Amino acid sequence: MRQMQLDPDARRGLSLISIPFAFSILLLAAPLMILLAMSVWTQDFLTLDRTPTLDNFVEAWTDPIYRTLMLRSLKISIIVTLVTVCLAYPAAYYMSFVAPNNRKALLIFLITIPFWTSYLMRIFLWKVILGFNGVINGSLMGLGLIDQPLDFILYNQLAVVVTLSHAWLPFAVLPIFVVMEKVNRAYLEAAQDLGDTPFWRFIRITLPLSMPGVVAATLIVFVPTIGDYVTPKLVGGPSGLMIANMIEVQFKNANNAPLGAALALSALLLVTSVAGIFVWLNRRYLTSEGAA
Amino acid sequence: MSKRILTTFMIVFTLFLYAPTLLLPIFAFNDSSIIAFPLSGFTFEWFYSLTEADELRGAALNSLIIAAASSVLATCLALLATSATVRYKFPGKGLMIGVIMVPMFLPEIIIGVSLLTVVLLAGLKLSIYTIIMGHTLICTPFAIAILRSSFQQLDPSLEEASLDLGETRFDTFRRITLPLIMPGVTSSLLIAFTISLDEFVIAFFLSGTEPTLPVYIWSQLRFPQRIPSVMALGTLLLLLSIGLLTLSEVLRRRSVRRLGQHDTSGAW
Repeated sequence: MRQMQLDPDARRGLSLISIPFAFSILLLAAPLMILLAMSVWTQDFLTLDRTPTLDNFVEAWTDPIYRTLMLRSLKISIIVTLVTVCLAYPAAYYMSFVAPNNRKALLIFLITIPFWTSYLMRIFLWKVILGFNGVINGSLMGLGLIDQPLDFILYNQLAVVVTLSHAWLPFAVLPIFVVMEKVNRAYLEAAQDLGDTPFWRFIRITLPLSMPGVVAATLIVFVPTIGDYVTPKLVGGPSGLMIANMIEVQFKNANNAPLGAALALSALLLVTSVAGIFVWLNRRYLTSEGAA
Repeated sequence: MSKRILTTFMIVFTLFLYAPTLLLPIFAFNDSSIIAFPLSGFTFEWFYSLTEADELRGAALNSLIIAAASSVLATCLALLATSATVRYKFPGKGLMIGVIMVPMFLPEIIIGVSLLTVVLLAGLKLSIYTIIMGHTLICTPFAIAILRSSFQQLDPSLEEASLDLGETRFDTFRRITLPLIMPGVTSSLLIAFTISLDEFVIAFFLSGTEPTLPVYIWSQLRFPQRIPSVMALGTLLLLLSIGLLTLSEVLRRRSVRRLGQHDTSGAW
């Protein structure tokens, strides 16, 4: 057993971190616990019945409406993650391996600027692009390629996927880029000297060594998108609504916070389990020490 | 061969990233209340209309107060957390910093509804203070990510020298550490400010009668005739964000130069 007597440095570290840690416990962990408590209570109009019951969770998992929304949210965030990571990977590769060193900082800056411009506006602009009188329809009709506006490009799940992917792209590029920067270039030269073609060099060295970045990018995009509220509401239409929209309805209009809490926690549980399985499947990349 | 394909891809990729944003100024100056092509003419009308919206002024003021407060709070918390994790080893370090970083990965709606639940159960009133708390929570991980690289580039022997010469820990921080990591601190303040200014979901759940700027914009999006003014407002916000970010990037580069490191990784 290790002696629990702490040396002065450890004590200093602990006292420094105690304040931000306490803040996180107070504003994150405790509220999540209270949300959990709320989810096992029931609400009848304005009175809260504090007898513990799992009814809300049963309803959240069996009612076809909630189940559909939950599975659709999961499906959309999986597709968005796939699209985002597949587009972000070559971009990060370009920034790390092709771009000259003195351009890298500028490229990162260029990639991040759109991410910092008003989130609401960016989502709304997609509505402008995809809309009935929008940019795409207007241009196609102007060019005489179509006679009537295409109405299948807005207010559906495809519009949600396009918009969300666009919104999360910079977030996926950065972690992949950071990991690629750490790939030891000597390995690539060694492979080349030993006669590997560029393709096999990529498959055998760059890809496995950049996997930790891919895993990080996947988590950064996948987990938050399942709870996105704005995009489905603005461009999703009735067929593109997601679970966050239902959570909001339960908390505000339907006045059923306990069910809303159960839905929120179910979504969180679902997304963390899928993310957990994904990390577990990729565990061998995360412990490797090749990126020296 | 593959180099040319990648370069082309990168150009298309960047254009795709910027495409929606470029529409913002186009429609902000377009002389038509309908947001569609073809454009009809040039006007400043939508920018003038902003000066007459009283609600907008209130919302902008709320947002500025919230962003200022939460960026300062988040940066202070991040300074404490980062100086602890970069300098010292202690039990539970990974777990504690993990908990502090969680909001970066959590869906915002979860943070929004859990804080809302607390406020509802405690019988508190929703106000800009509840939003400040929520924003501080989500800004802290970003501030930590920025400050961590500043602290790592700082030579610990400078602090040790100061301590050996008899300065107290607090004075060492004030006179040695803080001036050296100041660009990182400023950059963290600016980034946290920008995040808070732009955040919608948490503010949407936690705002009572005092909307923030994004909550105000959200309420305007329902009225088609207000859209051009929203575009003008969006253009101004875009310029503000770019200004703040450019400033933060310039400061970061200056800090990298001052600490004599090679610039490779950008703000991340």
